Amino acid sequence: MADTKQVIVRVKRQAGPKEPAQWEEFALPWRQSMNVIICLRDIAENPVTRGGKKTTPISYDSNCLEEVCGSCAMLINGKARMACSALVDQLEQPIRIEPMSKFPVVRDLAVDRQFMFESLKRVKAWIPIDGSYNLGEGPRMAAEVQEKAYPLSRCITCGNCLEVCPQVNEHSEFMGAAIFSQVRLFNMHPTGAMHAKERLQAVMGHGGIEDCANAQNCVKACPKEIPLTESLAEVNRQAWKQALLGWLIG
Amino acid sequence: MKQPKIIVVGGGLAGLMATIRVAESGVPVELFSIVPVKRSHSVCAQGGINAAKNQKGEGDTTQKHFDDTIYGGDFLANQPLVKRMCEAAPGIIDLLDRMGVTFNRTPEGLLDYRRFGGTLYHRTAFAGATTGQQLLYALDEQVRRHESEGRVTKREGWTFLSAVIDDARIGRGICAMDLRSMEVKTFPADAVIFATGGIGALFGRSTNSVVCTGSAQSALLQQGVDYANGEFIQVHPTAIPGEDKLRLMSESARGEGGRVWVPQNPSDKRAPKSIPDAERFYFLEQWYPKYGNLVPRDIATRAIHRIVYQEKLGIAGQAAVYLDVTHIPRETLDRKLEGILEIYEKFLGVDPRDEPMKVFPAMHYTMGGIWVNNEDQATNVAGIYAAGECEYQYHGANRLGANSLVSCIFGGGIAGPAAVKYVKNLEKGADAVASSVFTREQNRQHGKNQALIAQDGTENPITIWKELGEIMTEHVTVTRVNKNLQVAVTQIADLRARYGKINLSDRTRWSNQTLNFARELENMLILAQVIAAGALCRNESRGAHYKPEFPDRDDANWLKTTRAKWVNNDVQLSYEPVDISQIPPRARRYDAVK
Repeated sequence: MADTKQVIVRVKRQAGPKEPAQWEEFALPWRQSMNVIICLRDIAENPVTRGGKKTTPISYDSNCLEEVCGSCAMLINGKARMACSALVDQLEQPIRIEPMSKFPVVRDLAVDRQFMFESLKRVKAWIPIDGSYNLGEGPRMAAEVQEKAYPLSRCITCGNCLEVCPQVNEHSEFMGAAIFSQVRLFNMHPTGAMHAKERLQAVMGHGGIEDCANAQNCVKACPKEIPLTESLAEVNRQAWKQALLGWLIG
Repeated sequence: MKQPKIIVVGGGLAGLMATIRVAESGVPVELFSIVPVKRSHSVCAQGGINAAKNQKGEGDTTQKHFDDTIYGGDFLANQPLVKRMCEAAPGIIDLLDRMGVTFNRTPEGLLDYRRFGGTLYHRTAFAGATTGQQLLYALDEQVRRHESEGRVTKREGWTFLSAVIDDARIGRGICAMDLRSMEVKTFPADAVIFATGGIGALFGRSTNSVVCTGSAQSALLQQGVDYANGEFIQVHPTAIPGEDKLRLMSESARGEGGRVWVPQNPSDKRAPKSIPDAERFYFLEQWYPKYGNLVPRDIATRAIHRIVYQEKLGIAGQAAVYLDVTHIPRETLDRKLEGILEIYEKFLGVDPRDEPMKVFPAMHYTMGGIWVNNEDQATNVAGIYAAGECEYQYHGANRLGANSLVSCIFGGGIAGPAAVKYVKNLEKGADAVASSVFTREQNRQHGKNQALIAQDGTENPITIWKELGEIMTEHVTVTRVNKNLQVAVTQIADLRARYGKINLSDRTRWSNQTLNFARELENMLILAQVIAAGALCRNESRGAHYKPEFPDRDDANWLKTTRAKWVNNDVQLSYEPVDISQIPPRARRYDAVK
């Protein structure tokens, strides 16, 4: 079957968090509209390397397969992106697939992004409603405000913006653009704004907004095209304003 | 009894709402989810959430919402809870609004509403075309707040294996597996609420997420928790075919004015935009003048199948029809539908604002599910509750678009307090149950893993799964023929026999996704038997269940709920009456005025 088109995929494997990493190469039959997820599924069904060695299926996170759950972020040809929307025909081969480097590897391509969820707790990324009982409608909101808020609320917590950020590294606790963008989102909401101070206090601390060095990689890596740099600037402005007020009032 | 504890399994909309309600009552909750809850399948819901708020001056009422839902479901749903849900829906929208959901707004700053299938009213609140995502996030944020304040303990990355049921047949907790360490452990609880979602994986490819395997529902069935109306499967009319997934193109595209058509001449080679209106066949508009493109999903799906398979009018002879939004202003599309148009653009490389989309029906939702009572989401096993897509109450024989989000939130919202009430009245709590009850279940589940790892067979679990998907999609979806259903039943039984000889390509003990998948596969095969058997027995056509041999609804014989039990390793079906105490059944005719 020499004339059958093949897809060559190289995957960085790691059996566990403390195990050494190694590369394995696979040759898969090409099909129309193939994405990286289909490649990983092909390997799972027939886990044999290009060299004919039997291996194990590749561990990876995935769920919705339509770029809305945020699970399948990985490095594909060196770029942080979602595997489901990475179409094989648009990728240079061999396709190199690696786990994200800024999060602990669980196994193979699966990583632990709990840090982001913990950060969301830290900045109190929620509207503190009194309870789920009936209290009538929420506050009115201008369509213009909704149109600003909605893109921010589409963040899928994939972690790509942390992956590409030079400030996110083993020596820092920098929370990353996604988190500050959520702060902006909640501070924008009429009820959320009542608690903006608490959120701003959280972003002024360790790993906070001040650590942003304005590399602007985040906004380019965001699969949802969230205006992350605008969010960083806005939250930075809010934080300074609050700090200044703090000094003035003493 | 010590402080009671409640477990919630599943962190989509229903599970999160149940969690919030339990947390508010002060009873500690432990929330289990395969994925971080923010990545649950509810995130995929696109079009919106129904509530008769009557904000367009049309005279909409909750009674009309109730009637549309019952009529849309072809009178198979028990009516009392559906009525309560429709009455509660406006309050649910208010609550979500207070939680900060970024619903689209009118120029007045009020929530905007759009039209959806199976109704003539603007009843659907929406946040762009990613409403499920926005609702899930709102509940996720509230749960995170409860978690940070110590009322909720999350166990993400754990999968449910089985319930712990004591000798008095009372649910006392769960047995679950850590998907990293593969540790199998039991967790005592005084009540457990299941909100484990859909079953798309039984059909191989569907609009569902990877985790929607129905594995938990099947495991419960095997432990004596009944399963109802399994044969009612919704096939959504408009999805983008794909090898890994059939990606949904929301009904909201039609709600905002999108039109479905095919060229009158199937060999028309012209680009769709250059085919003049007079040479297009807008078959839904022609066949269903009143509802047009917004007929319920079962109707639209059958119409598309008829166009493709009987009339042979699929685009260029293929299994596809056009879903066209190119006549709608770009600004409107971006404001109201961007989320879905972006999916089409990313996965097909074509901008649907410029070119009509090519779509085809895809398995989407199960109306059937865990049997729960007519009042408070309790199953037939004490201490076990269910809410959301995994249970059967709200949608009868066909679910109306934008009713799933409201049923998840309503069901979760009443399951939580019901479980709280139950545990507070419980004389003997899980803490007083003999530890042997828990060790027994843990050993049974651990033993299954050991056996799978040790087994040296010849069958590949993924191959079996693919074959299951093909059988189910071919025989147990849109058009059901008894002869074929019989074939399906036999073939599924064959697959189960082959499952006994599977060979795991990964025998390691750390984050072994192959082992977990093999466990789910066994459960999928069993649930598939329930669905196929239910379809085979029901000799009528009702909602999504369509049998050409029995083309009419048969209320005299089949206005009843299918109730499945798993007995001696096989399906046992029985039937019970449907509660039609509010709206007497009438003929369901979308081609004529209601």
